[in-house]
Amino acid sequence: MDRSSVADADVCIVGAGPAGGLVAHRLAESGATVVVLEAGPRFDGDRREQLEQHVRPGLGGPWEMGGPRDAFSSTGESFYPLNAARVKGVGGSTLHWQGMVMRLHERDFELDARHGVGADWPIGYDDLRPYYAAAEREFGVAGAADNPYAPPRDEPYPLPAFRPSHSDSIFAEACERLGIDMHSVGNARNSEPYDDRSPCVGYGTCKPVCPSGAKYTAESHVEKAEAAGARVIDRARVRRLEHDEAGERVVAAAYTTPDGETHRQEATQFVLACGGVENVRLLLLSDSDRYPDGLANSSGAVGRYFMDHLFAGMGGRLDRPTRQNHVGFNTSECHQFYDDADPVNGLKLEFLNYAGPSPVIDALHADTWGDDLLDQLDESYGTHVSMGALVEQLPREDNYVGLDRETTDDLGDPVPEIHWSVDEQTEAALSRANEIQARVLDDLGVEDRWTVGPDETGPAYHHMGTTRMGDDPESSVVDAECRAHDLDNLWISGSSVFPTGGAMNPTLTIAALSLRLAESLRATLG
Amino acid sequence: MRLTRRDALAVLAGLGVTGGAVSLTQFDPPTAESTGEGRGSDGERGGDGDADDTPPTAVRETMVAAGEVVYPSAAEGVSEFVETYVVGRTRDDSRRAAMVDAATELDDVARDWEGAAFADLPADDRDRLLRELGVDAADPVPDGTLSERLRFHVVNELLYAFYASPTGGRLVGIENPIGHPGGAESYRRATMDDPETTDSGGEGDG
Repeated sequence: MDRSSVADADVCIVGAGPAGGLVAHRLAESGATVVVLEAGPRFDGDRREQLEQHVRPGLGGPWEMGGPRDAFSSTGESFYPLNAARVKGVGGSTLHWQGMVMRLHERDFELDARHGVGADWPIGYDDLRPYYAAAEREFGVAGAADNPYAPPRDEPYPLPAFRPSHSDSIFAEACERLGIDMHSVGNARNSEPYDDRSPCVGYGTCKPVCPSGAKYTAESHVEKAEAAGARVIDRARVRRLEHDEAGERVVAAAYTTPDGETHRQEATQFVLACGGVENVRLLLLSDSDRYPDGLANSSGAVGRYFMDHLFAGMGGRLDRPTRQNHVGFNTSECHQFYDDADPVNGLKLEFLNYAGPSPVIDALHADTWGDDLLDQLDESYGTHVSMGALVEQLPREDNYVGLDRETTDDLGDPVPEIHWSVDEQTEAALSRANEIQARVLDDLGVEDRWTVGPDETGPAYHHMGTTRMGDDPESSVVDAECRAHDLDNLWISGSSVFPTGGAMNPTLTIAALSLRLAESLRATLG
Repeated sequence: MRLTRRDALAVLAGLGVTGGAVSLTQFDPPTAESTGEGRGSDGERGGDGDADDTPPTAVRETMVAAGEVVYPSAAEGVSEFVETYVVGRTRDDSRRAAMVDAATELDDVARDWEGAAFADLPADDRDRLLRELGVDAADPVPDGTLSERLRFHVVNELLYAFYASPTGGRLVGIENPIGHPGGAESYRRATMDDPETTDSGGEGDG
């Protein structure tokens, strides 16, 4: 395959996930000459191969993450499992995401003003509102307007919501008694055919792979971008951005292809869209005499304020069938406590439809077979229930992504260093989530209980905050349009620009910001 | 509970083996001519099969005999189910040789240790032989040691076929197990539906 650069490109986008794919599609459709450089491969072919790789032990991971290309260091108090948390390839991390999509709340954009914590965004919910609606149309979000705690919206969801599960109906009994409101949840997953993709057919493996194509992946917009004329080069690992003599503009992206050749892609505008870790790494690797601390980093904020959402969970067993693991997504959540002030960290509750083990996966790991195995599966499956929660982590300067200059990848470049820990305030919010979960499970009489709280928590794999957005070039990396303060033609698309992350899964906000960025960038092309 | 060809086809569909690759009509009783079966004049077993890549009869018999051990005793129709699954599965070139080799090696061990083909051993002896080989405790590794390969290509292949099928799933209370595209309705039901009145899916590939 020819992976050489494209002449006379208007826009070079680094990364073919949702942030890059949406921008590429919008700009290519508008007539711009667009090149997308993607470090990972195209995962062509039958997606059921990945299903088997996921379900059957011994076949390795479905998305080929974790080799020398993906080396990293984790140096904080809490280990960060970076390669479980991302996918490199056309489609990016939407290849393995679960597909939960919801809008941030109004308060998420003004936490400092309202509560004196975190940071304010330079834009508000109303600025993003029309782009949220557009993003929902692009994804084909299935949802319903039954959530009294959601921010205001002007239009119905593109697709009807998935109906509540039997498991939801069990939780509803307790929640009704306790005054806890359950409601539907947005899914980037077809509840009926949409955008030439199948409706859900119930493979049950949404995360990490949907063989039917019902779950949205950014492959959709990358394909549309290509149909509109964009050139997408896979296995093109961008290693450095070069700037002009004045240090005002990026002039080229240097990338290496599998044959070991290095190419230079020149363009008028550049968009970084390779995630909250690799965006940082590329900016830091692009240091120069003019920018010794890395590109776009005169504020010193590049890599700082790394945030993720934290998981809190609780579950156990009932004395009745709970019908789990038919599907791999959730149909009900509770956002009732999201805007509470004590603790101020946002939190949302999830009612899981995949509690406990799957018989087929258990069988493949068992140390017996025949009637013994059947007895084990009879015991292990059928009566589990679980609640989950995502909890907000506020931005802290000492949680950061940097470069580990002592460790290099297979091309000889320093690997990313993740320095991350969970602070006491976040731990208090995790405990608060556990308290609410315990009320529900107590009411239901759930036994054999387990808890994931402050001591056991882990990240939800949402990389945010590392190239934060703001009006002040002294304290932020990009402006409200997601354009770097330091360089006129460098834009950053993705959750790395979030000043705060709320507790909502970030991809719908990534998409809304990307569509907004595309509009702003298009205006500069004339 | 009775396993059927349809169950096997449902699992194969979930793995992407559909349409002309496996059809119900191709499972007429095999003949020596059609399968390249059994021993050649030099006594070798486990040949390449015939032109349509059907695995050798000895391999299919070994897999059926293993299925009779690793499946619960309540399972009926194991022979038809396993044969259908194995024929479909070995249409995948990336799996065919390894599965044939593993089954052939298992049969060789049975002949060496027990003096009879694996398929001719009593079920208890087949179970014991697999455990003596450490297959119960082995990690499944496609290109690993004999025990690891038997775990991957024989035991886990058969267990996947069984517990990812609607009928196998029903035995433990789930008619739409992971890996089976059984639709987006079953998760809403309080109880399993009646298999006699419900299409179990199977050909759907979304």
